[in-house]
Amino acid sequence: MVPLSYYLVLSGILFACGVTGFLIKRNIITVFMSIELMLNGVNLSFVAFAAQWHALSGQVFVFFVMVVAAAEAAVGLGIIIAVYRTRETLNVDRVNLLKL
Amino acid sequence: MTPNLYLWLIPVLPLVGATINGLFGKRFSRQTVSAIALGFCGAAFVMALWIAGQFSSLALPHVEKLAQWIRAGDFQVDFAFYLDQLSLIMLLVVTGVGFLIHIYSVGYIWEEGGFYRFFCYLNLFMFFMLTLVLASNYLLMFVGWEGVGLASYLLVGFWFTKDSAASAGKKAFIVNRIGDFGFLIALFLMIKHFGSVNFAQVFRIVGSMPAETAGAGLLTAIGLLLMVGAAGKSAQIPLYVWLPDAMEGPTPVSALIHAATMVTAGVYMVARSHVVFDRAPQALMVVAIIGTLTALFAATIGVCQTDIKKVLAYSTISQLGYMFIACGVAAYSAGIFHLMTHAFFKGLLFLAAGSVIHSVGGEQDMRKMGGLRHHIPWTFWTMTAATFAISGFPPFAGFFSKDAILWKAFSSPYGSWVYWAIGVFTAFLTSFYMFRLWFLTFFGEYRGEAAGHNDEHLHIANPSRTGAPAPHEHGHGGIHESPTIMLIPLVILALLSVCGGWIGSERFDKFLSPVLHAGVTANAQEEAAATPAPEPQEQSGSETLLTGISVLAAASGLFLAWLLYQRRPQLPQEIAHALGGFYETVVHKYYVDEIYAAVFVKPLIDGSTRILWQGVDRDVIDATLDNSAEGAREVSDAMRHMQSGTLRSYAGWIAAGAAVVIAYMIWTGTR
Repeated sequence: MVPLSYYLVLSGILFACGVTGFLIKRNIITVFMSIELMLNGVNLSFVAFAAQWHALSGQVFVFFVMVVAAAEAAVGLGIIIAVYRTRETLNVDRVNLLKL
Repeated sequence: MTPNLYLWLIPVLPLVGATINGLFGKRFSRQTVSAIALGFCGAAFVMALWIAGQFSSLALPHVEKLAQWIRAGDFQVDFAFYLDQLSLIMLLVVTGVGFLIHIYSVGYIWEEGGFYRFFCYLNLFMFFMLTLVLASNYLLMFVGWEGVGLASYLLVGFWFTKDSAASAGKKAFIVNRIGDFGFLIALFLMIKHFGSVNFAQVFRIVGSMPAETAGAGLLTAIGLLLMVGAAGKSAQIPLYVWLPDAMEGPTPVSALIHAATMVTAGVYMVARSHVVFDRAPQALMVVAIIGTLTALFAATIGVCQTDIKKVLAYSTISQLGYMFIACGVAAYSAGIFHLMTHAFFKGLLFLAAGSVIHSVGGEQDMRKMGGLRHHIPWTFWTMTAATFAISGFPPFAGFFSKDAILWKAFSSPYGSWVYWAIGVFTAFLTSFYMFRLWFLTFFGEYRGEAAGHNDEHLHIANPSRTGAPAPHEHGHGGIHESPTIMLIPLVILALLSVCGGWIGSERFDKFLSPVLHAGVTANAQEEAAATPAPEPQEQSGSETLLTGISVLAAASGLFLAWLLYQRRPQLPQEIAHALGGFYETVVHKYYVDEIYAAVFVKPLIDGSTRILWQGVDRDVIDATLDNSAEGAREVSDAMRHMQSGTLRSYAGWIAAGAAVVIAYMIWTGTR
């Protein structure tokens, strides 16, 4: 049996990759994918704990996260298409109207 | 069973007039405004006459309670009115002279802007003055007392676009406030020690207290504080400085407020509180001394003034000093008698002076008048009557009252020959400066340039002025007599100035004795028993002698004025030159205004400017507020850059925040 710490380290690495990608990438699509990466990193730790402690709630949480992520993907992609149509760019640094 | 006299109507009637004119007067024509003002003021006068007619059938003092005002524990104050002989006389003087001056004002103020405003204030003044006179407790009296101060402020500053008028109004108000402070503390003392401010109750309690002959006590304190209040309102040393400046107001106002009625409120108040003063000989002495000094001091200043109204103002102060002498020697009835005759002749003098000023187109400097007696005969003759009256020539009104005061100053148990001597000398000065005014104004050659310019008649632009055309055009050049509506009050007051004293001080004293001697009888009898009364024969002999001396003083004043200003007009210059520094001092009114400015006003302004404004307000209060606002602005200016609008920086902040939270949790977890 693979020890729990392995899963957790992998989960941490995935999450860190997601955060890094979110921070350094300029393309919205890539940023979006980084978010998915973070979510799935967290999911991995949930199922790892669930398997370790034989508790079902971890698995249930993961389903919820996946459902929310799917909804978010639908809305987020819609927004991305709208942004692209009005601005003709996918660079997040050019989409900076959300300020004073 | 006493009939209901509806006393409350007397003050309220002018208030109604003031309200109507104040609210709607702007839209009324001049005729309507004056009809309303005169109507309500005249109604009050008629009511006063009606009450006088019923007076003999009343049980005195007659008190009518209108409504409850304040009730706190045992302490109770009502809106109640008090009628006795003293308030009846004041009532008749105030409404009668007030009504005449209202009539006069219609002619005087006809062409001015703010016609309705003037009559609104004038009626308001009547309301407060009548409240003062009729009040049945000190607190309601104080309401009237403050109210006449307000009306005086409004009317002195009537031509408020003129800087000197506006500041004269403020000066009058502020100086009066100092006096009111004393009055107020006297009220507090009464409330604390007697538990009441009702006349009846206070006098009953005070009446049972012994006279404070041995040393000063509560009654002396109350008396002195009341005197401070009276000195403020009645322009006595050291608070007289506001009255000469108050001459900036329209002349009818000077006549009504600053000669006939308001300034005599202090005398009325002292006479009303005689029960207190009778038991506080030291307070009485202070009253007499202040009165004597004021009478002399103001008279000497009056001698050197050249502005016709200023002469009359100082004369008023001096005559008020006489009334205070009378009160100070416990001869209250003589004081009130002089108050009444003074209201007649000084009101007349001011109105006549207003008529003179009117006739020469606003000039007030007597050096630029002269020879007016042929041009304005009505004014001349009425003013002559008043001049003789104030100088104390028999059989004019002033003679009787002034003589009564001087005799009492000499013969009263509180009196002294010093008061009498200074009084006689002041009478001489009075006669001198009044006849100086008379000769300078009416005799000799006309010294002004052709009349036509308007100084006093400052027109305040009033776009809504659509009143009927003025009855006579002003500033048409040439000296002209005033319109009839101004002459009628002059004539009536002239008659009163001539005949008003014929009642005689004896009869007057007898009429007032139920009020003024009620509280003293016990003491008076003691005194009478202690000191054997002088022989009646001798007394009347010395009274005649003293009367003769005072008439002689008046006559010598007339002679000297004639000598200096009629016979040898260059002589005053030489005398002034010979006197040098002293003359300069008197011309500058003993530099009292300058001294007050240096001692009180300047330190106050400097303190307010440097400490309160620049120190406390600007450097502490403002600085705290400004600096905290500035700090908040700087901090938020720095924070603003965090909200860049770039998505990735937000994410970075979130990540950093999360990192901090996690680090903290780890740190607390491992500790």
